[in-house]
Amino acid sequence: MDLITVQSARVARTRGDLALAPGEVVIGGGTWLYSEPQQATGVVDLLGMPWAPVTRIDEFLSIAATCTIASLRELPDSPLFRQCADSLLASWKVQGVATVGGNIALSLPAGPMTSLAVALDATLVLWTATSERSVPAVDFVTGVQRNLLGPGEVIRSIEIPLASLERTGFRRISLSPLGRTGTLVIARPGVVTVSGGTERPHQVHFDTAEELIRGIDALDDWYDDAHGAPDWRRAMSLRFALELLEELR
Amino acid sequence: MRLEINGEPVEVESRPGQVLRTLLRDLEHFEVKKGCDAGDCGACSVLLDGSPVHSCIYPAHRLDGASVTTVSGLGTAEAPHPLQEAFVAAGGFQCGFCTAGMIVTASTFTEADHDDLPRLLKGNLCRCTGYRSIHDAIRGVSNTETAPSGDAAGRSVAAPAAVRVVTGREPYTLDLATTALAHIAVLGSPHPHARITAIDTSVAAALPGVHAVLDYRDSPATLFSTGRHELRTDDPDDTLVFDRVMRFVNQRVATVVADSVAIAELALAAITVEYELLPAVFDPSLARQPGAPLLHGDKGPESRIAAPERNTVAEFHGETGDVDAAISEAAAVVTGTWQTQRVNHAALETHATRGWLDADGRLVLRTSSQVPYLVRDELCHIFGLSQEKVRVFTARVGGGFGGKQELVTEDVVALAVLRTGRAVQYEFTREDEFTRASPRHPMRVGVTLAAASDGTLTAMAVDTLADTGAYGNHGIGVMYHSIHESISVYRCANKRVDAQSVYTNNLPSGAFRGYGLGQVIYAIESAMDDLARELGIDAFELRRRNVIVPGDTMVVTNPDEESDLGIESYGLDQCIDLAEKALDPSLAGPEGWPVGTGMAIAMIATLPPRGHYASATVTLLSEGEYEIAVGTAEFGNGTTTVHAQLVATALGTTVDHIRIRQSDTDAAAYDTGAFGSAGVVVAGKALLAAAQDLRAQVEARGTVPGLTGSGSNDGTPRSVSFNVHAFRVAVNPGTGEVRILQSIQAADAGTVLNPEQLRGQVEGGTAQAIGTALYEEVRMDGEGRVLTTAFRNYHVPQFADIPATEVYFADTHDPLGPLGAKSMSEAPYNPVAPALANAIRDAMGVRSYELPMSRDRLWRLARQSPMVTSR
Repeated sequence: MDLITVQSARVARTRGDLALAPGEVVIGGGTWLYSEPQQATGVVDLLGMPWAPVTRIDEFLSIAATCTIASLRELPDSPLFRQCADSLLASWKVQGVATVGGNIALSLPAGPMTSLAVALDATLVLWTATSERSVPAVDFVTGVQRNLLGPGEVIRSIEIPLASLERTGFRRISLSPLGRTGTLVIARPGVVTVSGGTERPHQVHFDTAEELIRGIDALDDWYDDAHGAPDWRRAMSLRFALELLEELR
Repeated sequence: MRLEINGEPVEVESRPGQVLRTLLRDLEHFEVKKGCDAGDCGACSVLLDGSPVHSCIYPAHRLDGASVTTVSGLGTAEAPHPLQEAFVAAGGFQCGFCTAGMIVTASTFTEADHDDLPRLLKGNLCRCTGYRSIHDAIRGVSNTETAPSGDAAGRSVAAPAAVRVVTGREPYTLDLATTALAHIAVLGSPHPHARITAIDTSVAAALPGVHAVLDYRDSPATLFSTGRHELRTDDPDDTLVFDRVMRFVNQRVATVVADSVAIAELALAAITVEYELLPAVFDPSLARQPGAPLLHGDKGPESRIAAPERNTVAEFHGETGDVDAAISEAAAVVTGTWQTQRVNHAALETHATRGWLDADGRLVLRTSSQVPYLVRDELCHIFGLSQEKVRVFTARVGGGFGGKQELVTEDVVALAVLRTGRAVQYEFTREDEFTRASPRHPMRVGVTLAAASDGTLTAMAVDTLADTGAYGNHGIGVMYHSIHESISVYRCANKRVDAQSVYTNNLPSGAFRGYGLGQVIYAIESAMDDLARELGIDAFELRRRNVIVPGDTMVVTNPDEESDLGIESYGLDQCIDLAEKALDPSLAGPEGWPVGTGMAIAMIATLPPRGHYASATVTLLSEGEYEIAVGTAEFGNGTTTVHAQLVATALGTTVDHIRIRQSDTDAAAYDTGAFGSAGVVVAGKALLAAAQDLRAQVEARGTVPGLTGSGSNDGTPRSVSFNVHAFRVAVNPGTGEVRILQSIQAADAGTVLNPEQLRGQVEGGTAQAIGTALYEEVRMDGEGRVLTTAFRNYHVPQFADIPATEVYFADTHDPLGPLGAKSMSEAPYNPVAPALANAIRDAMGVRSYELPMSRDRLWRLARQSPMVTSR
């Protein structure tokens, strides 16, 4: 929809362009920002930044924040890329415009790119016009649409250790076959990531099934909205975690 | 910036914050629709450099150098794209509002993609068809035919507008350019119950680009109802264009009329309002108790509210025989209380009206309505205008489902036009549809049934409570209809009915496909299923033993009631047999998923009671062309197709020789409107009479151009239609997932005038009802606020959600309908939810008593099931 409060739209092409004026917000694809009424008075478009979508560096896969979800979906390295891309509530047409970084920065509980980054022990590289830092993806989202981004800070890239891709398992359920995520569970040996059904993503590290059950039982921020009741989300998460435990055994 | 649109170079400046959709529409590319404006529905899909995008969420500032292709760029009537031809041939649309985006998206599919359609069409919602015909179009299946002269009735001819719809050339409500158009934005109440103590609009009124700010001080004092019927006295007079008292969250407080939507929206913030907060009530069972806050305690008997001192807009209590005695003597008694939810119509075209003064100073409204004549008449009443001073018409309407039998945009546009003298437009946002338009009435329905050991029903007791919300639009009619055909379809000596429709400070409920019947049928048919189980009698057989048959009187609680409703034709027995026979008990689900079957029946009157009138004309033009003029609106119901077929058949011509003027108070003398499934059986009958009249004139006087035949119909007496639905399902008790293994509907629509369209109506009604049964719910916070305000939070069924439905037709002929036809628009919706509930009950061994039967609810229910022990 037209954003009626927006008075300026500019395309960022250099790192200096990331410095924001009061009221400006950054967009990746912009597919969420333009989908709801906003308060912003200016839009800064990151798609002008000369960032290669995917770079392979040593033991890491570096995904630019501006890589589209559709491009990520095509990466051959892991079925998780397709599974998480298709977990987006929005259509494949939106996947072609929406970006990996944008989905993480939005920090909605059902953001599948957050699920992916957390499950794979990714590191997020955060930039401002003048500074850079890295944070573990698992710490980045702190609540519903809350995260560690400071003023003027953007996600530059998502660094995924290739080792994380070796053995993974994926489960997702929603209230309809292709609906918004009720819960999304990704497992790797010794660690299960629960997201989508909780206000923020959680990793549960375990050695035994009992520890896994205890870890999921201990989660207390199950989300309550039109996409599933908290008790169901909790039960489905536990069910999937145990299924994946078997699957990866 | 420069870009290319459909191959034409364009130089244009975008506004900051603008999206591609509005840029295209500003350039009069009206083929690009607004369904949701949020990237959820796909109606606005276009190709951007060859890739499909939702243009409503694509920033316009990126378009320099881009190439954009809309559905009209894919092909034209003269040179259509193969997919456009395929959508015509398949009959791949009903209202057609989703079609442009659907075709644009599907135009990018390869053959291999045909196996991946659930995913690839996830972002393209169709509310009308149930997707089967769309699937056919994409696969190249043809379902339509060309009819020979004089032989159109009974054949699957395509809709007259088909080629225009698929090429984006059929104009809908707002698809025209108007110079110097002003726009409306509305300030909504933040409180569920409050009185305005002070309002200051002077700052907003002085802003540049603002033409007027209107509030309760500008409102006509005439009370009316947004719900529209033939008799205006059938609805309570409880509403004002602007009221000083707010009775639900987001009720109109004030409106700004300005040069653009943005200016109008921004000016709302400059309006200051002070409120006195009033106590509010949200639970209808509390609202009718003594001491509850009163919604309309200020209204007198002239408002026709049953009991304003108890917040009760309508109530009915009646009994025939002795229900309590019959229950005490029965071999089997079952009882339960069922709850239905709020359901949004989700027509893809939102409510919208554009109004202006014509050269003669007449108020003209082009509106998205099912009832243009009733809107005209009520505006005349509200504003004290004579009928000659108001013209109301509709273009093709993008879906209705009852939601547009409601006057929710026209009144404020009329006021704004009359006040400013300008052309003014009011277009609902999708959020407005969820927070201002009226959803289906939520109902609590208690049912007790008793029977003898042979299955003979001996007692029916039904107790309903409907939440009509803050205003009584349709509250009375829905309540009375809800307890009629649902109950009178059964022969039973002892019946008791207690029904109430109660005001609360919730969003006002309104007319929805089925008009109350679906809610009560859901409960009664669920109880019948329990009764069959209790008696050890097959569910189909129990119906056979108890349904009315020809010769029976239809009884609610008064066997001596005078009525114009009769069983003029009867196909219920055939429908029960057809559905039972089609069920395949060998179908199984995944391992560990119990399976079950369930069925339900529904009866519905072929048209509304208390008068439904249509007059129509057919004029002979030159060279074998005819023009028909009829008042009823086309919103995907397909009546226009049938109208052309009826006239072509009567006049011995083909449908392409029929020109159509419709749904315009200037076109035909009168039509009550397109609701209660009346488009074929009333307007169609009037048209058929007009065609026969013209034919007689031609036979007498020869083919003299200008000859006009006239016909009318007064909608009485009335007959009944029947529908039986059956499902076989598998349920995963561990997750609550339901898999529909088989879906069957048998329909008694009398003579089938257009088999493909009728099949589409049945499939579409089934799909909408599957949405109601499994997915859809307008959630509220318990304090009057709607929580689900976008499609992303309100799940309209997608391609992936809807199974194929086998459709069967009974072989009947109704003496009242045109050529023996009966109506079939609302009817297919009604038996679906209980049939599905009964199948799920059969599979799970435990019954759900509320809708939707969502996965989380069924999972929770499975915890109570004796069949489920594991986690």
